[in-house]
Amino acid sequence: MFQALADPTRRAIVERLSQGPASVSDLARPLPMSLPAVVQHLQLLEHSGLIRTEKTGRVRTCTIDAAALSEAEQWINGQRLAWQRRFDRLGAFLDGETGEGSD
Amino acid sequence: MSDHSVAHGTLVVERELPHPVARVFAAWADPVQKAKWFGDRGDNPPSVFEFRPGGRESSTGATPDGRTYRFDVLYNDIVPENRILYSYDMHVDGRKISVSLAAIEFSPSPRGTKLKATEYGLFLDGLDTLDQRREGIVSLVDNLSRYLDGE
Repeated sequence: MFQALADPTRRAIVERLSQGPASVSDLARPLPMSLPAVVQHLQLLEHSGLIRTEKTGRVRTCTIDAAALSEAEQWINGQRLAWQRRFDRLGAFLDGETGEGSD
Repeated sequence: MSDHSVAHGTLVVERELPHPVARVFAAWADPVQKAKWFGDRGDNPPSVFEFRPGGRESSTGATPDGRTYRFDVLYNDIVPENRILYSYDMHVDGRKISVSLAAIEFSPSPRGTKLKATEYGLFLDGLDTLDQRREGIVSLVDNLSRYLDGE
């Protein structure tokens, strides 16, 4: 991690990501270097465990490593799942009350 | 660093149910019906249920892993067969863990009713929340910068 942050560009990238996720092109835009150079920095940061990247379609998104922050994420995901299950139970309750789904 | 923190989260869940809007809405407005599906474990009607704007609802129970919870609701706005807006606190083992705002919207759809739940929640004082992690990384970067600059 020391090695990863010994470079000012990588420090800038980590500070930007500490404000929220960003795509590779978003990160590269303000930096005075080629895209492949930025990608090399990102690979080093990912290898050091400071950031994670994920590709969806043609976009690669980078985030600060989520291990510690995921308790809040887990909570909202849990709330979302609770609603899904609640709607399942509501549907079953209504179907049970009226027989099949009604008119 | 403070021991307190707030994490924000928003969710939207939608479902189409093959029942008329009036029927679906009634399942929310009647405490006996609501108790049959709202909570994980069915059965207990809430101890307080005032289904009107400004009314309150309160229920308690146990989680599957044996902790006690309490759920205190204030109904902010109700338009029959259209929407239910409420705010609520959740307590687990006597400690307030979240404060949230919820909007439940009902609309007719080809198959019956489209139901939409939107919640904006504030998760309180969780350890290792997003903000603490972010602060930790920023100060790590600052300290390292100063060290490398020879301060």
